[in-house]
Amino acid sequence: MRPLICMLGLACALTACATKPEKPDAKPAVAAVTDPYPSTYRAPQGPPILIRSATVLTGTGTRLDAADLLIVDGRISAIGPGLAAPAGAQVIDADGRWMTPGLIDVHSHLGVYPSPGVRAHSDGNEATGPVTANVWAEHSVWPQDPGFAAALAGGITTLQVLPGSANLIGGRSVVLKNVTAVTYQAMKFPDAPQGLKMACGENPKRVYGRREQFPATRMGNVAGYRAQWMEAQEYIRDQALYEKKLADGDEDAKPVKRDARLDTLAGALKGEIIVHQHCYRADEMATVLDMASEFGYRVAAFHHAAEAYKIANLLAERGVCGAMWADWWGFKMESYDGIPENIAFVDAASGGCAIVHSDSEEGIQRLNQEAAKAMTHGARAGLAIPPERAISWVTANAAKALGILERTGTLEPGKMADVVLWNMNPFSVYALADLVLIDGALRYDRTRPPRAPESDFTLGQSAAAAGALP
Amino acid sequence: MRPVTLIALAALAAGLAQSPIAIEPASAASVLIRNATVHTMAARGVLAGADVLITDGRIAALGDDIQAPEGAEVIDAAGRPVTPGFFGGVGHLGVEEIGLEPSEGDYALSLGEMRPEFDVTLAFNPDSTAIGVNRIGGVTFAVLAPSAEAGSKDRPGGTVIAGQGAVVTLDGTAVPGTNALFVDLGGEANALSGGSRAAQFMLLKQAFMEARSPDEVLMHDERLLTPLGRQALLELAGRPSPFVFDVDRAADIRQAVAFARREKLRAVIAGGAEAWRVAGELAAAGIPVILDPLDNLPSSFDKVGATLENAARLHQAGVTIGFSFRDPQAHNVRKLRQAAGNAVAHGLPQDAALAALTRNPAAIFGVADRVGMLEVGRPADLVLWSGDPLEVTTLAERVFVGGHAVPMRSRQTELRDRYLERLRRGAAR
Repeated sequence: MRPLICMLGLACALTACATKPEKPDAKPAVAAVTDPYPSTYRAPQGPPILIRSATVLTGTGTRLDAADLLIVDGRISAIGPGLAAPAGAQVIDADGRWMTPGLIDVHSHLGVYPSPGVRAHSDGNEATGPVTANVWAEHSVWPQDPGFAAALAGGITTLQVLPGSANLIGGRSVVLKNVTAVTYQAMKFPDAPQGLKMACGENPKRVYGRREQFPATRMGNVAGYRAQWMEAQEYIRDQALYEKKLADGDEDAKPVKRDARLDTLAGALKGEIIVHQHCYRADEMATVLDMASEFGYRVAAFHHAAEAYKIANLLAERGVCGAMWADWWGFKMESYDGIPENIAFVDAASGGCAIVHSDSEEGIQRLNQEAAKAMTHGARAGLAIPPERAISWVTANAAKALGILERTGTLEPGKMADVVLWNMNPFSVYALADLVLIDGALRYDRTRPPRAPESDFTLGQSAAAAGALP
Repeated sequence: MRPVTLIALAALAAGLAQSPIAIEPASAASVLIRNATVHTMAARGVLAGADVLITDGRIAALGDDIQAPEGAEVIDAAGRPVTPGFFGGVGHLGVEEIGLEPSEGDYALSLGEMRPEFDVTLAFNPDSTAIGVNRIGGVTFAVLAPSAEAGSKDRPGGTVIAGQGAVVTLDGTAVPGTNALFVDLGGEANALSGGSRAAQFMLLKQAFMEARSPDEVLMHDERLLTPLGRQALLELAGRPSPFVFDVDRAADIRQAVAFARREKLRAVIAGGAEAWRVAGELAAAGIPVILDPLDNLPSSFDKVGATLENAARLHQAGVTIGFSFRDPQAHNVRKLRQAAGNAVAHGLPQDAALAALTRNPAAIFGVADRVGMLEVGRPADLVLWSGDPLEVTTLAERVFVGGHAVPMRSRQTELRDRYLERLRRGAAR
């Protein structure tokens, strides 16, 4: 349960790229590869697709009835009534079925805690020290996790995979397109920022406290983060100093020793890596917000945020999203005050940003149902939320927190054609995804076996293959 | 019942802020629910536009055009469904206040000894907040079960016999005479049986031999059971009480079934991720399965055959099914009806899904006379829903447990109402 991020293409931030290429003999800065593990994902090319006559929740707060969606070259080309099919277009008749943007889960451990959950697959927490800002979740992702295909059947087109929450600072996250691949690079969302996963509260202090190591208390947690931020500030300062010396022609300038942990932390302070903070209690979230002000960085979202409803207005004021479950509570002390109206409260605050997340290989298969429960409990508390708004909890708001809203998360012209066609209103327990498209490519078709792609792991031993015992 | 307004909620909160939330007999002597779609789960099936009269805590009448007695509270259901109270599954309701706090959980015995006499119901806390929270979610009964945990270098663990549990009703009662024995099998239980699933049956066999023929056994110091344990095992086997085998792999289920046949036990399969693969044998042996409808990933090599269609396939084969979450839990068992809805989305008939939340678990665990069906003369144990009981957009509107009308409040609604007011005021901190 914890996140980390990083902005793609920006990982370079920490190193001084040679600033004076015209001086070939200038001392090079630390060798910085800006994107050392680049995305190799390419959307398959196909003919235009016209989906006709759908009930559309666009993700922007709008519902369109009997609307068409035109996809050209993997992008949404147009949306509205009565669109004409271009030559050679594949036409799908939605016949009133519901269409939404592809669902986005901001909090998953698929691939890093895959099925089967054998010891050899425990790759989500580098719990060997409370600060592991140097690790990247993507280096643990096993693309053969059968959970990816199960999530696809639930309409998930994009997910953020995070390190776990054992550590104060757990490492960098990765944003993936939910496509079948042999390597994680071929799943990597092109140019999505990375995230930084940080954790409040019980987990870090329990993991290290019981080993009689630091931190063992909540005050230790905060001292732990602050020491790291101070060091990262020095790192940034020293690098800037070095670059200035280089710029001034100081031939003897000594480069700052490169450090993978500080690269990440400096990236977060500079806003190039997005900070996701696992935090349950209202008081701890407020502490983290003060800390973010102290060091001048932004928290994109509090994850789990069981008590977000107690400070919904504060979160809205500070522009911080809450990424929450619909109804989990009581599984640990810091979740004891969780209520099923939590999401609706965060949404109701003026300018509030509510996200439904899973942190679960089960929950990620039905984020639409989780959103429906939150919507229902909100309505009973007098906070009426129509479907066209609630869908943003699992689409646009999630994309916003991941820094990819310009490219996905809503059905608007120019965006990636990440689309789900449902067999009925998605805010129903009986709703199933009929079709899931990612960048305009059909990745799941419920009506045509084998429906979803099968991972190498289940191949030849799946339920369907095994059948009844002789 | 009309939608609750904010004003009504605020008034409710203000009036109750000082009082603990307990259930009490209905304030009116009679409650008449008019014009409901009544899922009796009994011989009368589904009654459309029917009335339910509750008097002195019992279902006094069930049918058309029932007259409201003097002073009765009358509720217009406007066609909304009434069902028996729902099952909360097999888990820790009332013995686990806070998941990760050892001092707040009483479900695991870690003496390193086999103790079938361990009865977790003695730890049952009827005041657990989880009971009030789940009760207003429409859950009126559950099975309280112990869980065996593996030992560590600091602490002995449990054994394959986790111990005894029983049915609890959410008016705070552990129902006498409903004890069942819980046995953990399969790969996840290897740490309880010396490292091999084969040893699980070896140990069980020895335990039964000791219980049945105490004089023939082995040296005293090689015995597995205490005298109380032998007595407990014999009593449970003879009653016969349910022996709940927590097991997933098809081959292991077969071993469990064979063991139960040899020892003449009343077996129940719990978990049962691959039960559909041996559905014919389970149906023939009359062995029910308690399963988690959401359990579809191969999270271990015991569950390679896990599928969302497990419930539908078992039902199709004639196996009696009940629902429970796989991970025994206390806090969110209200979600079980959502899981049931997913089973319907994957092929299970709606009525069979309702049965798996009502009549079937009641019968499996020996409380069919008090919960799980709606019939005249029974204690009122029922729920009026705002819509389809399995829908995620539906909430319980009124709940009766064991004849008591439940105030639709919990610690969670109190928290909600306190902070709703702050939200409205725009308070930031």
